[in-house]
Amino acid sequence: MDLFEHQAKELFAEYGIPVPRGIVAHTVEEARAAAEELTGRVVVKAQVKTGGRGKAGGVKVADDAADAERKATDILGMDIKGHTVHKVLIEEASAIAEEYYFSFLLDRANRTFLAICSAAGGMDIEEVAHSTPEKVAKIPVSPLTGVDRARAREIAAAGGLPEKALDGAAELIEKLWAAFVDEDASLVEVNPMILSADGQVKALDGKVTLDDNAAFRQPEHEAYADKAAEDPLEAAAKAKDLNYVKLDGSVGIIGNGAGLVMSTLDVVAYAGEAFPGQPKPANFLDIGGGASAEVMAAGLEIIISDPSVKSIFVNVFGGITACDAVANGIVAAFQLLESRGEAVTRPLVVRLDGNNALLGRQILADAKLAGVELVDTMDEAAKRAAELAAVGA
Amino acid sequence: MAIWLTENSKIIVQGMTGGEGTKHTRRMLAAGARVVGGVNARKAGTVHEGLPVFGTVAEAMAETGADVSVVFVPPAFTKDAVKEAIDAEIPLCVVITEGVPVHDTTEFWAYAVAKGGRTRIIGPNCPGIASPGASNAGIIPADITTAGRIGLVSKSGTLTYQLMYELRDFGFSTAVGIGGDPVIGTTHIDALEAFQADPGTDAIVMIGEIGGDAEERAAAYIEQHVTKPVVAYVAGFTAPEGKTMGHAGAIVSGSAGTAQAKKEALEKVGVRVGKTPSETARLMREVMRSR
Repeated sequence: MDLFEHQAKELFAEYGIPVPRGIVAHTVEEARAAAEELTGRVVVKAQVKTGGRGKAGGVKVADDAADAERKATDILGMDIKGHTVHKVLIEEASAIAEEYYFSFLLDRANRTFLAICSAAGGMDIEEVAHSTPEKVAKIPVSPLTGVDRARAREIAAAGGLPEKALDGAAELIEKLWAAFVDEDASLVEVNPMILSADGQVKALDGKVTLDDNAAFRQPEHEAYADKAAEDPLEAAAKAKDLNYVKLDGSVGIIGNGAGLVMSTLDVVAYAGEAFPGQPKPANFLDIGGGASAEVMAAGLEIIISDPSVKSIFVNVFGGITACDAVANGIVAAFQLLESRGEAVTRPLVVRLDGNNALLGRQILADAKLAGVELVDTMDEAAKRAAELAAVGA
Repeated sequence: MAIWLTENSKIIVQGMTGGEGTKHTRRMLAAGARVVGGVNARKAGTVHEGLPVFGTVAEAMAETGADVSVVFVPPAFTKDAVKEAIDAEIPLCVVITEGVPVHDTTEFWAYAVAKGGRTRIIGPNCPGIASPGASNAGIIPADITTAGRIGLVSKSGTLTYQLMYELRDFGFSTAVGIGGDPVIGTTHIDALEAFQADPGTDAIVMIGEIGGDAEERAAAYIEQHVTKPVVAYVAGFTAPEGKTMGHAGAIVSGSAGTAQAKKEALEKVGVRVGKTPSETARLMREVMRSR
């Protein structure tokens, strides 16, 4: 989960990392009140979970409260790379002497953590690393040894920070490491990390990505979830413990195993190219290895509640759970949904392969469910599901 | 022949007494694997599924001669379980558990390296390793195929099963599910190296998916070191940017980790990449028939 800037800074503050004073505003009136409370010059910053908001006009300096109100009027509701601005951070303006870059992140390739530090801050670090790699220090950090004050100072020096900033930077980096570890983050980024006119090192921006797998030991992270921005279907699926991602096509997809479902999306998209309107997958839905009747019913329920779905493709490879159990699950799911008055009315293509596939197909054939077609191979079934979506469109 | 797991492998199960541990211990035994015991500190000295339960991995190894551990313990305890296996210097530790925090995996990986790399870790979040006809450590269904001369390495469980099924008439030396987490123990490259060296493997199926650059690095390795034919499949061409697709590691970040980039990297070094799992199987058939 990615955090908003204001959330990242609230988190930083909990770890004693200096950040400018700031107040979140959801309306123009709140923005004005916040600026009045902070007094003096403020910065109005769009809160969106994407980069490049400065270039898009989402960050503006305001001279006073009336100006902050005007700037907030411009920024609230703005679209930045497909993200609508629903809130702004009103922050005291900082007197910046110098700007640096710092982050801790997970280095997947080397299976360790990485500290990235540069005296060239405030810019896109990937561009800096590309054009002037010598200006960016990338230093591996072992989870076994971590980062203490001395190590933090070495990293800051390696990044080319000047002597006058080293003590302050070392303190900030050490605290940032504590936040990175204790919060189960896979990224903590401060860009820019500034040296203020009065010699203080501060986090002027903040970006944090938290590990969803650590939710069981980080119960307070739940509060960071952006419920307003969540797709309603994704939220409903999450409530049912389903692994679902909404996409923009018209073929509803249910499968077992993340890799197989990703593959199903691709195969349906290829197959769709041959039909009018080029039908695409409407969603990713992995019902896991289990594929029980209840999970199948919950999955079908989500899929049929999506009005853009014109056909449904159930693609299961029977492994641990045999295909006869999956077929029985589909039959039971149909009965369950019908009893709730939510009958499946859109055509459904089923491909069952693997363990007890013949028995599973027989069970479905015998059940004679309306609108259900059995197709033997994944490629042919994808083609049929795409064709049905094209006809239904 | 096979890699890493043979008919002589003696397997213990960490978390054997739990629901998943019990179920899959039964399945492994039914598949003919030599499961010799389990580990659960609170149930040491008892018998479960007809097998002795030991207090520690080291004790289980000393008593049974086990050289493979399969880990089914819940995510909150996985790090400690794997570190215990590393301390006991078990040669192979297969971590099935899904949902392990990445800080924990990164820590036990660093621990394994610091301890001299004596324990090969497969996973976490993987289906395990199967050498059909010889042994089975994990949850890969044993009856999909028989022994043969194709090696397979994959980030995905069900796609592994799909390809094993489609190529069941040829059979497999070993299939390794390396898992879909951002940090994993054994990589595509480790498996490619072992299959290249294995006289029982003639050709290799490699399955990748979006996220990270493991496939690109595997491509570079293949160009330098692999002379056996490799056929590949990559899942996730239609995955949107910034969304985690089921596996914790399956995410396109910005322009990094796309299926297209992986496919291109593999094709550039002469690896044929199937457009669908079935086409991938067809490509492998051509390879095996031309031998």
